[in-house]
Amino acid sequence: MSAPPVIELRQAGLTYPGPPEVAALRPCDLTVQRGEYITIVGPSGAGKSTFLNIIGLLDQPTSGSYLLDGIDTAAVTDAERTALRGMRIGFVFQSFHLLSHRTARENVELAMVYQRTPRGTRKQRAEQALRRVGLGHRLDALPTRLSGGERQRVAIARALAAEPSLLLCDEPTGNLDSQTAASVLDLLDGLHHDGMTVVVITHDLEVARRGQRTITIRDGEVLA
Amino acid sequence: MKLPRSRMSLRDLASEAVAGIMQRPARSALTAVGTVLGVGALIAVTGLTSTAASQIDARFSELTATEVTVDDIAPDVPGQAGPAFPSDADAQVQRLHGVTAAGVSWHVRLQPGQDIASGPPGAIYTTSDRQAQLTAASAGALRAAGPTLQQGRSYDEFHDQHREHVAVLGAATAARLGITDLRNQPAVFIGSSPFAVIGILADVQRRPDLLSSVIVPRTTAEELWGPPTDDRAKMLITTQLGAAAQIAAEAPVALRPDHPDYLRATPPPDPRSLRSGVENDLGQLFLLLAAVCLVIGAVGIANTTLVAVLERSGEIGLRRALGARARHITTQFLAESMALGLLGGLVGASLGTVTIVAVAAAKQWTPVLHPATIATAPLLGLATGLLAGAYPAWRASRIQPAEALRR
Repeated sequence: MSAPPVIELRQAGLTYPGPPEVAALRPCDLTVQRGEYITIVGPSGAGKSTFLNIIGLLDQPTSGSYLLDGIDTAAVTDAERTALRGMRIGFVFQSFHLLSHRTARENVELAMVYQRTPRGTRKQRAEQALRRVGLGHRLDALPTRLSGGERQRVAIARALAAEPSLLLCDEPTGNLDSQTAASVLDLLDGLHHDGMTVVVITHDLEVARRGQRTITIRDGEVLA
Repeated sequence: MKLPRSRMSLRDLASEAVAGIMQRPARSALTAVGTVLGVGALIAVTGLTSTAASQIDARFSELTATEVTVDDIAPDVPGQAGPAFPSDADAQVQRLHGVTAAGVSWHVRLQPGQDIASGPPGAIYTTSDRQAQLTAASAGALRAAGPTLQQGRSYDEFHDQHREHVAVLGAATAARLGITDLRNQPAVFIGSSPFAVIGILADVQRRPDLLSSVIVPRTTAEELWGPPTDDRAKMLITTQLGAAAQIAAEAPVALRPDHPDYLRATPPPDPRSLRSGVENDLGQLFLLLAAVCLVIGAVGIANTTLVAVLERSGEIGLRRALGARARHITTQFLAESMALGLLGGLVGASLGTVTIVAVAAAKQWTPVLHPATIATAPLLGLATGLLAGAYPAWRASRIQPAEALRR
């Protein structure tokens, strides 16, 4: 039996109960296989964030179902969903979300704190992840001492540290200049080549072109 | 399929909390000041009150804790006549273990026309002292009063047994009678009986009435004026420290084995009850003030933690995204405020203790503080932190990660 798809949306949609009722995301189907590189584009307010929230288990669809690694996310408890999010999804945000008073390594280690990974393993894996994103020489640097590109690399290392099934990036280059952005995108390409499933949400078509497949969202509707 | 849940070790919780506090050390320190002041004031007040109370006690104790009086209540007992104290009362009581001095005394009522004067009745140059009292006191009673002599000596058992006509004068009485120097062997006349003045009292520890008295041996008084009448005899007993209650129980039996009920012994008040009373009176207001300090401290922590929660909503969102459950967020913020409270409690307890010691040193007191008070203080700080952090921590757990992460 082949491995289940990483993401499987079956008529998943999200409607905010009114009044007035707002359909943030109309029911849609989407399957992302292991190792795929998907980009999701759409103008602001189109429903990209809602889509990201559903895929990232930060919000639940009000209709249809969402299977992550073959697990029906509606059928598990809230606590289990939280754990699922922590272990199987690595988030990369536009504004990095690094703790400014912790070193790069400590920031990466944070991804494993809630899995109760032993400290030794945590440290080792954090270093590994930072080396993988090319920051092996800045393990003990504070984020304030890092450039924008380096900060985003730390964030990517943090997303990778828990060895997730899915790397979910929300405008990963939104705060970076084009040259730095390109190097971050190169890094994502590399991770994809190593077998990582990557989903990037962006409004930048340049960024969107990097993926194998681009999905457009407009007015809450997913257009393949 | 059984999925694992997010978990966090206590050690991680502690280190995350400490890291949270250390993010803004200056602000954390200022936040803890309220608790420091509250707990410090509480410790200082409690300690100073108990310290002051024990000093008052010590002053009380020196005299009262070693004093027992025995009253003659024989005339109140139906069918009994005459004084209850036996003639060998002093000796009987002094035999008891723990007694340092004991003796019987009473005021002698003189017949009309009998005066206390510096010369015989009818003599030309005499000064009489109508304010002076005549006190019959056994040698033991005089000793128990703790006299300090200005001149001469006090009488002893010899004078007492042999009905000597000797007198010891209080300083005030001596001055009024014009007796200033014992070298010319002055006498006082009580009625027509002359008494050789052998000593003048400068001061007494007990029975200050003796300072305005003419004191004569008990036996002499009995021979001249009879046994005590309206003014009943009393026995004053001084004891070693801690023996008073025991002596009070024993004395009536020792004096009158046949009728201990003719006598009533009064022991000193229990110093323990005395102390608690003093503490209550002094401490309540200050304790209230300290509690107000503590409440202000709690409000400070609550306020700062709430601001921190709003400020750190991005961090909270991130932690949620990384697998933290709402309860992990709650416990982290609670742990931070509790750590601040604990820290404030520890520093406050130290400062409070230093204050007590400093004040005690300045006043030359012995600092008195129950160890349990110091032990509770950090816990009090911890509880303050817990209470103050409850609402902000709850608010933190309600922050929606999706929203927080978009900022």
